Amino acid sequence: MAENSNTNVVVERSAVVDKLRSWNPNAISEVIEFRGETTIVVPRNVLRDVAERCRGDKELQFNLLSDATSVDRYPLEPRFEVNYHLVSIPRRTRLRIKVRLSSDDPTVDSVIPVWPGANWLEREIFDLMGIRFNEHPDLRRILMPEDWEGHPLRKDYPVEGYRDIPPSATRYTRNRP
Amino acid sequence: MSTIPGVISTVETATGQAKTMVLNMGPQHPSTHGVLRILLELDGENVIKAVPDMGYLHTGIEKSCEDKTYSQAITLTDRIDYLSPLGNNLAYCMAVEKLLGLEIPKRAQYIRVMMVELQRISSHLVWLGTHAIDLGAMSVFLYCFREREEILKIFEFVAGQRMMTSYIRIGGLALDLPAGWRQRIEKFLKMMPGRIDEYEDLLTGNRIWIGRTKDVGYISAEDAVALSMTGPTLRAAGLAYDNRRVFPYCSYEEFEFDVPTRTDSDCFARYMLRIAEMRESLKIIRQAMSKITADGPFRTEAAGIIPPDREKMKTEMEALIYHFKIFTEGFSPPPGEAFAAIESPRGELGVFVASDGSPKPLRVHFRGPSFINLQALPKLIEGKLISDVIACIGTIDIVLGEVDR
Repeated sequence: MAENSNTNVVVERSAVVDKLRSWNPNAISEVIEFRGETTIVVPRNVLRDVAERCRGDKELQFNLLSDATSVDRYPLEPRFEVNYHLVSIPRRTRLRIKVRLSSDDPTVDSVIPVWPGANWLEREIFDLMGIRFNEHPDLRRILMPEDWEGHPLRKDYPVEGYRDIPPSATRYTRNRP
Repeated sequence: MSTIPGVISTVETATGQAKTMVLNMGPQHPSTHGVLRILLELDGENVIKAVPDMGYLHTGIEKSCEDKTYSQAITLTDRIDYLSPLGNNLAYCMAVEKLLGLEIPKRAQYIRVMMVELQRISSHLVWLGTHAIDLGAMSVFLYCFREREEILKIFEFVAGQRMMTSYIRIGGLALDLPAGWRQRIEKFLKMMPGRIDEYEDLLTGNRIWIGRTKDVGYISAEDAVALSMTGPTLRAAGLAYDNRRVFPYCSYEEFEFDVPTRTDSDCFARYMLRIAEMRESLKIIRQAMSKITADGPFRTEAAGIIPPDREKMKTEMEALIYHFKIFTEGFSPPPGEAFAAIESPRGELGVFVASDGSPKPLRVHFRGPSFINLQALPKLIEGKLISDVIACIGTIDIVLGEVDR
């Protein structure tokens, strides 16, 4: 919306990009500006370092991880995107970090050491989208039953689910004719 | 039970006596506010470890949204946080409007503010009533629901529905305010301050209430931020992070209100904070009412996105075609992503919408404040008594519909 995109804010945001680029020229592979929101696309191998930098740097101070979520762009490749929505409470700005992952190896480093609040958010992404997080201390399903097969938010998973009887229900049907 | 890692069902000591035991609290426990299950490892009455387990209400709302057009998905958002459906509508519509680049008329924004603040009061009333009943104060529940009923009647009067209103739509509102709305809300505003005093008379100085809530469930501001907590729980820890003030939306920057904060960060502080928030909301509603003009648009105009006026459809060919197209195939926002966040009664409610240029969203994600605040529950209760668990669940103010989505 218009009030979000005044010139002051734009200058401020590009400062974030410059700051990260001056620290590591390979930290940002792409910058997307859309509707007054800044997204930085980060290569998967530097995500943890960039996250550390964003939170720890005196001029960035992104201390609150507001949200982490994922997008499945099946059948395009790289298929998955993980988005981290950051908020700097002292500086009153938002930033989105995006990591692109291909379908043959959808794994990324966990950001729990940087923001402990990422724990359940990453578990949710793992549960519903099947993206694995390296060094996550407790990576198990959070919303779906433990013995569920498949990851429902993937685009190749049907909206109505599979009509077959799930394994957990077979014990109720075993003795029926 | 043994499948949950880190929780040992019973520890056998050298003398053969069980040292700790695991108690399964929920999912049908009345004080878990729905269907939350917590595995508590107990040593006597002390909680050693707590592992929340949820998903009992998971209905795949995010997946369902991907199979609906942008407008159809609004009805699903009502059902996420069922104590604050208008807030969910607003956050979702703001995200889609951002994607479309729509400007909303000021009058519609003020009506949105007024309705969402009424919703905040009603949500806080349910919180106060159920929290009090959990801690043994039966009568407060009845008082709170009496006033909540008045708010629900206003919603029915304005939107036609008591709870699942779907009143806020993409581009504005579903309907204009009905005749006589001002008197109805005026009457409520006259009544409410005295009623909040009544709750305070019942609880604030009550020794049992203070005993159950004071110094219970402490979390430091640093821990709260690290665990991504937002809303009253964070503000009670002393950090004035309120989306209405920090990232104003819906013209909140034109309103005068305080963001109450406390520093004690215990259950009592959160109670006092929510009481103060109700009073601030009344102030905002009053200001919004004076800003809402008698006539004016209640939604924006955008051909092919916003349904045209009924009268226009009877005389103009294009209007009729657009109407048909909007309700059959929907509209296609440009490819891109948008994130909109509001301050819901429970904290930062964020909606992330990704579009691939088709009439159905590629991805809709709800950052439910209940889900993320619940993550801090083990931190609040580990090392404390089992009776404090009840107080802490209540004080985080979770809605399981939002936790599980």
